[in-house]
Amino acid sequence: MTMAESPAGSPRADNLRATPGQAAREGGRFAPGAGRDDDGFERRAVVFSAEDLRRAQVRIAHEIVERNHGAEGIVLVGLHERGPEIAQRLAAAIASFEDVEVPVGALDVAFYRDDIGMRPVQPLGPTEIPVDIGGKVVVLADDVLFTGRTIRAAMDALTELGRPRAIQLAVLVDRGHRELPIRADFVGKNLPTKIAEDVRVRLHEHDGTDDVVELWGPSGFSERGTGAPREEGGA
Amino acid sequence: MRDLLSIADLDRAQIEALLDGAEHMADVLGRDIPKVPALRGKTVVSLFYEDSTRTRLSFETAAKRLGADTMTFTLGTSSVKKGESLLDTARTIEAMGVDAMVVRHSAAGAPHRVAGWVDAAVVNAGDGRHEHPTQALLDAFTLRRHRGPGLDGARIAIVGDVRNSRVARSGIACWHRLGAQVTLVGPPTLMPERLDGWPVAVSHDLDDVLTELDVVYVLRVQQERLGQALLPSLREYYARYGVTTARSERMKPDALVMHPGPMIRGPEIATEVVDGGRSLIREQVANGVAVRMAVLWDLIGSGGRLV
Repeated sequence: MTMAESPAGSPRADNLRATPGQAAREGGRFAPGAGRDDDGFERRAVVFSAEDLRRAQVRIAHEIVERNHGAEGIVLVGLHERGPEIAQRLAAAIASFEDVEVPVGALDVAFYRDDIGMRPVQPLGPTEIPVDIGGKVVVLADDVLFTGRTIRAAMDALTELGRPRAIQLAVLVDRGHRELPIRADFVGKNLPTKIAEDVRVRLHEHDGTDDVVELWGPSGFSERGTGAPREEGGA
Repeated sequence: MRDLLSIADLDRAQIEALLDGAEHMADVLGRDIPKVPALRGKTVVSLFYEDSTRTRLSFETAAKRLGADTMTFTLGTSSVKKGESLLDTARTIEAMGVDAMVVRHSAAGAPHRVAGWVDAAVVNAGDGRHEHPTQALLDAFTLRRHRGPGLDGARIAIVGDVRNSRVARSGIACWHRLGAQVTLVGPPTLMPERLDGWPVAVSHDLDDVLTELDVVYVLRVQQERLGQALLPSLREYYARYGVTTARSERMKPDALVMHPGPMIRGPEIATEVVDGGRSLIREQVANGVAVRMAVLWDLIGSGGRLV
């Protein structure tokens, strides 16, 4: 098995959930506005400005309600880290137009990952789901969908807590390179990326900076592309 | 962390990381299905050369809650009776393919020796009079849940047979690192011969210090030691050091009482105190599982050994 979510031995693993403290460490290095960081990564594109991100969130909130014919029976569950904040935002948006308070929870998937022992894994936050999810529609919320392994772990974790009627997935960015048969139901933006690139998400509640989503990549490779799925042992 | 042999090997940040990890484990234990697959495929063996019920069950429960397989080796049923050495026993067990060994032994330093012989992670579950690190950690975890993040400034008295207590040795090191002020209370015959360099105060009179304490940590009177003429009589000992209802009433309103077990209800600690509002004794046992889960996860799950 390859180091599934660790792109080519790169120290950059921004959108991986299971690297404790990484966000904190990056907090110092990643200055929005600066175009280059200490690891030789440079900014390629701004995927979402704060305003665009807000619009995407509102659209996703509408889509969730539309798909489920209302907001009753929905539970929004965010995956650490940044997922809980996204779930809160979606719930606030739904409350603003639908007048329903959708319950919001947080889920940590560390103990359910399939790469335990392959690289450092630590819980990133408490699992707190305020309602019984049995018979409900659980909408998982996350920032970036990549290999799908985090989502697989999340479904395992969730089913230990109850039997939802359905599980749906909402993400801000789908960057491709799935390694499992998983897809998102609600997507802010489909973004073709290369494996070696990073999608960096900053949310003001979590990171203390303005909201922004950016695509970063190693300096010196400026051409863009979708990138073929990595081969076995490619790391 | 590769092995957990002694609190002395840990600094404050490492201790706090383990206690933070135990919070996640307590969260798991509070669920309807209190089990996660984090250590599936791993094997944890308890290698117990000394009697223990609670510590062994606590470790085995912790391993099972994380999805690990467990094996148990106790003195009564083993080839040690046929003369096998610790070295050969440890290597034999390791050859079966184990990831962690939880070792209790009456000889101080035995887990350290085992750690030098095997590749598996070794956890000291009590070695002679030396250390019992997971007990100190679970006590710290229990106190932290009642007092907030640190133990800074907390006044903790360890009452009783400190001289023979590995719980006290680990406790002093752990709680001092977390900012507590530790006082040892007991008759001079039950104090260590030398206290040079120990970060503790000493009192021979519980009533002297009682009203200043935030935590009274009661050690078991090891009655098997009475023959050594260290105590004049149990009656006299209990009169001076027993945690009675009267003493409990004189303590600070929010002071807490702890005991590592096994405890002797009655003179050592009054039944009303054991079951009263100050007592954390039941919580200590429950928290033991969460803390040992955090230790096992740190050693063989989180990837710490890979780095």
